[in-house]
Amino acid sequence: MEAVCTFCGNVCDDVEFDVEKQKGKRFCPLGLSKFQKKERIKSPMIDGKEVSYEEAIEKAAEILVNAKRPLLYGWASTVNEAIRLGVILTEIVGGVYDQCASVCHAPGTLATIEEGLPGGTLGSVKNRADMVIFWGSNPMEAHPRHPTRYSVHAKGYLIKDRKDRKVVVVDVRRTRTAKLADKFIQVKPGYDFAVISALRAIIKGEDIEVDEVGGVPKEQLIELAEDMKNAKYGVIFYGLGVTQSRGRDRTVENAIKLIQLLNRTTRWIIWPMRGHYNVVGAGEVPAWEVGYQYAIDFSRGYPRFSPAEFSAVEMLLRRDCDAMMVVASDPAAHFPRKAVEHMKNIPVIQIDPFPNLTTLLSNVVIPSAVAGIEAEGTAYRMDVIPLRVKKLVDSEFWSDEKILEELLKKVEELKG
Amino acid sequence: MIEVEIITGRTIDQGKTVEEKLTEEYFKAVSYCELNEEDFKALGLSEGDKVKVKTEFGEVVVFAKIGDLPRGVVFIPMGPYANQVIDPSTDGTGMPQFKGVKGTVEKTDENVLSVKELLGVK
Repeated sequence: MEAVCTFCGNVCDDVEFDVEKQKGKRFCPLGLSKFQKKERIKSPMIDGKEVSYEEAIEKAAEILVNAKRPLLYGWASTVNEAIRLGVILTEIVGGVYDQCASVCHAPGTLATIEEGLPGGTLGSVKNRADMVIFWGSNPMEAHPRHPTRYSVHAKGYLIKDRKDRKVVVVDVRRTRTAKLADKFIQVKPGYDFAVISALRAIIKGEDIEVDEVGGVPKEQLIELAEDMKNAKYGVIFYGLGVTQSRGRDRTVENAIKLIQLLNRTTRWIIWPMRGHYNVVGAGEVPAWEVGYQYAIDFSRGYPRFSPAEFSAVEMLLRRDCDAMMVVASDPAAHFPRKAVEHMKNIPVIQIDPFPNLTTLLSNVVIPSAVAGIEAEGTAYRMDVIPLRVKKLVDSEFWSDEKILEELLKKVEELKG
Repeated sequence: MIEVEIITGRTIDQGKTVEEKLTEEYFKAVSYCELNEEDFKALGLSEGDKVKVKTEFGEVVVFAKIGDLPRGVVFIPMGPYANQVIDPSTDGTGMPQFKGVKGTVEKTDENVLSVKELLGVK
């Protein structure tokens, strides 16, 4: 059966999956394990006791309505239709909406607010890019089909052969992707900003007056700058190596400035390697609903954006939320230890297909259907191309959309 | 004991098991630390040995492995083990510093906790 993969930001739309035989075609190892059967949350639960969907939803509604400042977090592994309801729900309960990008690519959003985003689609990269730089990104382990479909071996309109494309990896360690590249440039951890500044200086025609920057020899920097200037269509795909290390948004900002400089003489784009299959939707949907991508507070009745105050990690570190709802995400596994501590002090509601660390801390657990296998909907691929993900099989589990629809009704009823 | 910079990140095995976090496979995929071969030898480690990774933000015991890393840099797959020691402060961005955190690594006989023990639940 034709399927659309709902694991990573590639959202591969050329895969096939046979639900009965549990076999797939053209999947990468990540996508295949996503589609194969695994342990599920068996039933809705309140404090570990199995209950009906209606009872769990009623309890969840009570928690949200009684909270002064609930945090509604997650959203990256569900479809836009569900996210839209989540944004409306957060507004009605006067809570805070935040999403997984907050601990992933949101620094890139901050950089875009400052500098804009000289971007392009994966299709343009496949057809035109004669130079590709993976900067702090490792698609061989995070987006395994990205190199073959779009960025390394992919052939297109102007790129007829692997030799027509120069591939460079800039990273602090020799990753699997580095082994695929024509050139590997090793940077010391936390020195990306400095290396980008050096490249900007060289491209402007200035001398950098030092022998090395961030562990990269001057000659190597000059060579890279020359290659970048000589490319006809270049792209920097940056990853969490940039957004999660020293400099964060400022490093991305500096990289965008480098791209702007290159665009005076040739064509370059920059794009984030988005992780979860619809983490783009988790930002785009609130952006078209209320104007912001993440860290949005509705406690005053209108939306306010401030990552220093309303990002999930900041809210938890400062113990600013008195309830939390987690949808399609696992912050108990992926947040710093100190932030997870506060999740133990407050009521937590979870909506997710699979048991995870957040399940262990949740008072109300509501199992959901897996989008792309048991439920359909729309997701944005990493380059913001919307794709319809398919339902391949019926399920006893409710979709995120249905759960949120019912929860919204219940909350409206309780609020009168 | 050696001084290190800790980086974290995705791996294929972490990705394959990310929706099965309460299984042995996920535990194996995220409860280790990769070190440069010389650092590994300097600590007197052999495959399967355990190390204690410490930073000013916390400590965690994980299995030690040799990885393709520069000396003084260690890699822990993203997940609950790495998150015991990374820097939670966000500098106003909402983003903790998951990569490039200074700390130490030493050989230990202490046990590697299960994800439940790590979280402090039964």
